[in-house]
Amino acid sequence: MKLQRNGRTKALAIGAVALVSSLSLAACGSDNNNSTGTAAASGGASSAAAIACASKQANLLAAGSTAQANAIDVWKNAYGTACSGTTLNYNGVGSGAGVAQFNQGKVAFAGTDFALKSTDIDASKQVCQNGGQAIDLPMVAGLVSIVYNVDGVSHLTLDGPTTAKIFNSEITKWNDPAIAALNPGVTLPATDITTFHRSDDSGTTFNLTSYFAKASNGAWTAPASKTWAGKGGQSAAGSAGVSSQVKATKGSIGYVELSYAQTNSLTSASINTGASKPVDPTAANAAITLGNSTVVGTGNDLALQLDYGTKAENAYPIVLVTYEVACDKGNKADTLDSLKSFLTYAASDAGQQAISSKGYVPMPAAVGAKVKAAITNLS
Amino acid sequence: MTSAPPDHPGDRTPASTTPPGQPSTSLRGTGRLGDVLFRLASSGSGVLLLVIMAAIAGFLLYRSGMALSQDKTNFLTTFEWDPDNIVKPSFGIAVLAFGTIVSAAIAMAIAVPIAIGIALFISHYAPRRIAQPFAYLVDLLAAVPSIVYGLWGALYLVPHMAGLNDWLDHYLGWTYVFKVSQHGAPARNLFTVGILLAIMVLPIITAVSREVFRQVPRMHEEAALALGATRWEMVRTAVLPFGRPGIISASMLGLGRALGETIAVATVLSANSKLSLHLLDAGGGTFAQNIALKFGEAGKPGMNALMASGLVLFVITLLVNGGARLIIARRKEYSGANA
Repeated sequence: MKLQRNGRTKALAIGAVALVSSLSLAACGSDNNNSTGTAAASGGASSAAAIACASKQANLLAAGSTAQANAIDVWKNAYGTACSGTTLNYNGVGSGAGVAQFNQGKVAFAGTDFALKSTDIDASKQVCQNGGQAIDLPMVAGLVSIVYNVDGVSHLTLDGPTTAKIFNSEITKWNDPAIAALNPGVTLPATDITTFHRSDDSGTTFNLTSYFAKASNGAWTAPASKTWAGKGGQSAAGSAGVSSQVKATKGSIGYVELSYAQTNSLTSASINTGASKPVDPTAANAAITLGNSTVVGTGNDLALQLDYGTKAENAYPIVLVTYEVACDKGNKADTLDSLKSFLTYAASDAGQQAISSKGYVPMPAAVGAKVKAAITNLS
Repeated sequence: MTSAPPDHPGDRTPASTTPPGQPSTSLRGTGRLGDVLFRLASSGSGVLLLVIMAAIAGFLLYRSGMALSQDKTNFLTTFEWDPDNIVKPSFGIAVLAFGTIVSAAIAMAIAVPIAIGIALFISHYAPRRIAQPFAYLVDLLAAVPSIVYGLWGALYLVPHMAGLNDWLDHYLGWTYVFKVSQHGAPARNLFTVGILLAIMVLPIITAVSREVFRQVPRMHEEAALALGATRWEMVRTAVLPFGRPGIISASMLGLGRALGETIAVATVLSANSKLSLHLLDAGGGTFAQNIALKFGEAGKPGMNALMASGLVLFVITLLVNGGARLIIARRKEYSGANA
């Protein structure tokens, strides 16, 4: 019995050692984060003039899309350095949960990968005072890149119908004539294609399937949806899951946001949109598509109609936009100043430039001007 | 059930349920402040547990009722999970229940025999000097966070399962269960998940079984040896029968973790809405994994639907535990303490 008790203290000691070492590891981790954070902040600080602190500073709570979490981090660091009285807590819980929290009045703004549904806007009238309602402010743009892992193929071109058929398991070999026809001169292996899609519901899936719905000439029959509706293939959790599986699996193909393709050094396919030459997935090319998009929201609501079927030169078709959601009128009085000040910085050229290094696409000037005007009108 | 038999000197098992009759009346009789406080605190904890369980069940029932009234399809037999669909909300638990039970069953089939082996090794075979550190080592496995298991599973175990899968397909493919339809695709299937879960529940089952095996009355063991039994015969005739209720309890603890494991499964499994007995083909899903993945983007109907699936998991766990209690109760002649 005594021996056992000794054993138990020893086990505790080992546990304590493990705990302490993991804590110190965690501390190292956060140190690193801080240093990158300050680096990003100092990058933004060159244009710190863009940050006008709120006269009445407050804590801002926000929640929503994980797609923009990295962008919010960059802004938070830069903004927090300039205006120490305002702190921002952004909780990446997903678009649906973010909008739900906004409509319960728990957060000052929400981030969503989809424009608000009419039911969401109706529900927001309970939270927004003075007859206000929730509006969409497109502030973080990105693109979805088709990533693949095929030995010996360093450059691949796909088009809408072919990509849709690959992800629907109708094209199952890499040397399928449809792929070969788009890639003259490229030696394609006779191996099986393993497709990876998101197992969680996501804005990335929504934007990819929106593109399929528009540009696959009927090869994709399911409607655009944040839930994957294709046939076959494998699924993985989150963009991180998809990128690590594509990286680990020979003969695979998947879709992730640009930043995941960059940080995991995955090869991305170019898209043949019908323009004179295939379009590479770059921020500049995505900005062209975004610039051609039209505002379909009414009043100050700036919900965008993205032109997934674009055939314009150098316009990359698979783009995505994350909206910030706030009340047009009747935001909470104690956070209104901070909210406007933060969003003004985020929408500014300096703010948009600061996130471009993280794989986001700066909002084109035409859209940006409308967003800035809408933020000024928030009350 | 009255009280521990007095002619049972070896029975040192800590009483998990104090016999309600005699000792508690004598406790009440003393009337000292410390006794009263302790009695209130312990019965308070018991009541609190019941209240928490009832609150969870009530909450799940309420939200499930709301979900089921929206479901346009049969909740028990539908494969798809699409509760937020405005046109036709449809969701069902068939795939999830199948995946949860199958992966947990695979985990138990692998983990229980190995855990009993390790526990016997530690309690009866290994020299004490090795046994103690070895026991800590196994316990340490329990301290690894499940996301680490998940990442290890996804990045290391899955690629290394290819060989085993091909072997199983080649020799056991005729059983249908071990047929591989797409060679070369990553083995992100229920079988791999079962193996990963087996590793995760191993320390729990081992630790509890080990303690039970240590409680075997010395006299039973010595009697077996005196009758000319070998060490293995002694283990078989004295240790295992005595420890059986403990092994079952331990397995139930492990099974609870296997049924409810979330993030490791979500990381490893290639979830889809197909119900297939081909355990080596990627696909399937479990309750916890589905909740973790669908929670973020779920609207109000979606959230209720997830709660309903949580209720089913709750019920399955209750049923399994109840079944185990029944088995233990039938075997109480070996150990009054575990009845």
